[in-house]
Amino acid sequence: MSSETKQILTTDGIPLEVSLKKAEKKNKIKAFLLVAPLLFFLIITYVFPIGDMLFRSVDDKMVTQMLPKTFKAMESWDGQELPEEEVFAAFHEDFIKLVEDKREGKLSTQLNYTKNGFKSIIKKLRRASKKFEEGNYKEQIMSVHKRWADVEYWRAIQRRAPEFTGQKYLKGMDMYVNEEGKIVSVEEDRRIHRVLWLRTLEIAFFVTVFCFLMAYPIAHLLATLPMKYSNLLMICVLLPFWTSLLVRTASWMILLQQQGIVNDFFVGIGLVADDNRPEMMYNKTGSYVAMTQILLPFMVLPLYSVMKTISPSLMRAGKSLGGTPFVAFWKVYFPLTIPGIGAGCLLVFILAIGYYITPALVGGASGTLISNQIAFHMKSTLDWSFASAMGLMLLSGVLVIYWLYNKIVGIDNIKLG
Amino acid sequence: MASKKDFVKFDKVDKSYDGKVLVVKDLQLDIAEGEFVTMLGPSGSGKTTCLMMLAGFETPTHGEIYLDGKAISSIPPHKRGIGMVFQNYALFPHMTVYENLAFPLRVRKIPKDEADKKIDKALSMVSLQGFASRMPGQLSGGQQQRVAVARSLVFDPQLVLMDEPLGALDKNLRESMQYEIKHIHESIGVTVVYVTHDQSEALTMSNRIAVFNDGKVQQLSSPDELYEKPVNSFVAEFIGENNTFAGEVSDISGGKCKVKLSNAEILANPISVKVKGERTTVSLRPERALINPTSKMDNIHGGKIEEVIYHGDHTRVRINLLGNSDFILKVPNSSSNLDIKLGNEIKIGWNSEDARALDPK
Repeated sequence: MSSETKQILTTDGIPLEVSLKKAEKKNKIKAFLLVAPLLFFLIITYVFPIGDMLFRSVDDKMVTQMLPKTFKAMESWDGQELPEEEVFAAFHEDFIKLVEDKREGKLSTQLNYTKNGFKSIIKKLRRASKKFEEGNYKEQIMSVHKRWADVEYWRAIQRRAPEFTGQKYLKGMDMYVNEEGKIVSVEEDRRIHRVLWLRTLEIAFFVTVFCFLMAYPIAHLLATLPMKYSNLLMICVLLPFWTSLLVRTASWMILLQQQGIVNDFFVGIGLVADDNRPEMMYNKTGSYVAMTQILLPFMVLPLYSVMKTISPSLMRAGKSLGGTPFVAFWKVYFPLTIPGIGAGCLLVFILAIGYYITPALVGGASGTLISNQIAFHMKSTLDWSFASAMGLMLLSGVLVIYWLYNKIVGIDNIKLG
Repeated sequence: MASKKDFVKFDKVDKSYDGKVLVVKDLQLDIAEGEFVTMLGPSGSGKTTCLMMLAGFETPTHGEIYLDGKAISSIPPHKRGIGMVFQNYALFPHMTVYENLAFPLRVRKIPKDEADKKIDKALSMVSLQGFASRMPGQLSGGQQQRVAVARSLVFDPQLVLMDEPLGALDKNLRESMQYEIKHIHESIGVTVVYVTHDQSEALTMSNRIAVFNDGKVQQLSSPDELYEKPVNSFVAEFIGENNTFAGEVSDISGGKCKVKLSNAEILANPISVKVKGERTTVSLRPERALINPTSKMDNIHGGKIEEVIYHGDHTRVRINLLGNSDFILKVPNSSSNLDIKLGNEIKIGWNSEDARALDPK
């Protein structure tokens, strides 16, 4: 049968398939031209930066390029004992060149990431190197500081030889490659990132739960109230969208601070003593309250759009068939809202997991999230590759959640509107 | 079968939504057990409101509804045990046909094997065996409709309410479903209250029809009586086709009255007129008037054919008769009626008994 269909010709003798393709080609080009601006915009503002970020997070060329001769000389070094004179000589040659270009500071910062203690000995080496004599650089360098005679520090330099490295990712998980080349966790009291990851997940999870608990009844009201009331309620829901995020967060600061309105009210009704006002800000509570309020519309809107399509006669049918109002709700109404719940929860969770401004302002020390740490490394320590690595870990975390969600609920069941 | 005369009883029921307008006024309605009663009326006449009050989704503003002798105003819908078929079927889209039918049985905690038997029975009643595992979305409109009927019957309710259940179906399917529902009613003897605005549906299916207008029952009677003997001009207009003459009673005696029109006088059957001088509308069914009448008929008048519309088995003829240019006649197609031509003058006759002098509109 398929061979028959292939032989169908149009009236002017061209095979049907060919002329169909011809006719559709124009439309395809038109369609492409329409999406082209967005496509280029996405490539420039999204694909390119993410690619750059991915590259930056593993890129370790800087040290490789600063010490080319050293690393070449180190190729034959087994790393057991102090390297030979030729390594020292090569290192001296590279170092003098760096000092001339005034780049030795960068080297010290980079090496310090790998092992603490490089900063001071590189400074000392720079000063001492001006008086170095030709030959026997091993002796001369080792005499600058006893750490230069420590094989650990030379191993640390050697570890920076590869152009690419995954150590930033390990650092993001509070792990590192030790001297023996094994991946181990850092000491207990220096683990900061794992706590942050867990806290980020925890806050995102509970914000999602709170949003869901509050949004469900609101969305139901919106979907069932008569038009004139539901419009008013809809405006109340959307009002936060029209207000700047910063303003909303700042107003929470006014409400939640210890001398703030909420605390005044609690004292006023005698719930708490005046000298024992609870701290509701600069901790997790602040993050929970402010983030829940700000992310609430993202839960309400998908829920509303799904509930709007559920015919009220379904609940009536459930009741008339003998189900109590609760049974009718639980067996009939609730299952039909699952696509909206899925969409809302996914949206809120993903937004919450990368939330930045609100936790930075009201979160305090115990309420900051991983995104604040990323910003800290972007702005303060300027360790962009570490910030990129954590950003990508966050992104892949979101993708994993998306994948899990697709496995469990099915992405086709999502309804955003 | 009809053991109780007032199985369902509306007792002086009023209903208002806004406190200003009564959508149901002083409704008094008894429905016997096993009866098929249709509430028929134009949209906004209060028929659906009555059904919703019976189902428990609306509360009467005043008055009381009794089901099997018990006042039900304070009983919530899920405890009334009334089956209901909704306008858009209201099948649960996330459940299979089987689960839809099992829902009323599960909430009643009926054991599974017994429930399965009931479901099988209900599905075979609507000839949908083998569809149990389908989702409602995979069924055609008529099949969904039948599932909805089966679901409303599966838990053996004493009373089933149907709210324009056939409204969304096409004409052929609607007609076959009408017979199907009628047969189901006859075979299991359940009491059915049916709401529709389609008069042919009401005439086909019902034991009795309550014609609603303006929040009131205009007439409650069997289909034939409703058609043949309408008690007021609304019912006469609403059910079937109707020729009317507006006039004034000039004489009334011996079960007949004379009605004076603008340019003639006709004899009519006084239904709602009592005395001379009353205004009245005389109603006459098109098939009760004949062309070429026999001399036995006491009304014979001449008219001019204005329009002839061919309908296959019969021809509709519009005649200008006694000042009414919309007088319709239905003439069976036979070779004896060949003189029906546009512009011809013909004689029309009818018995005064069939011309019902009703209230003026």
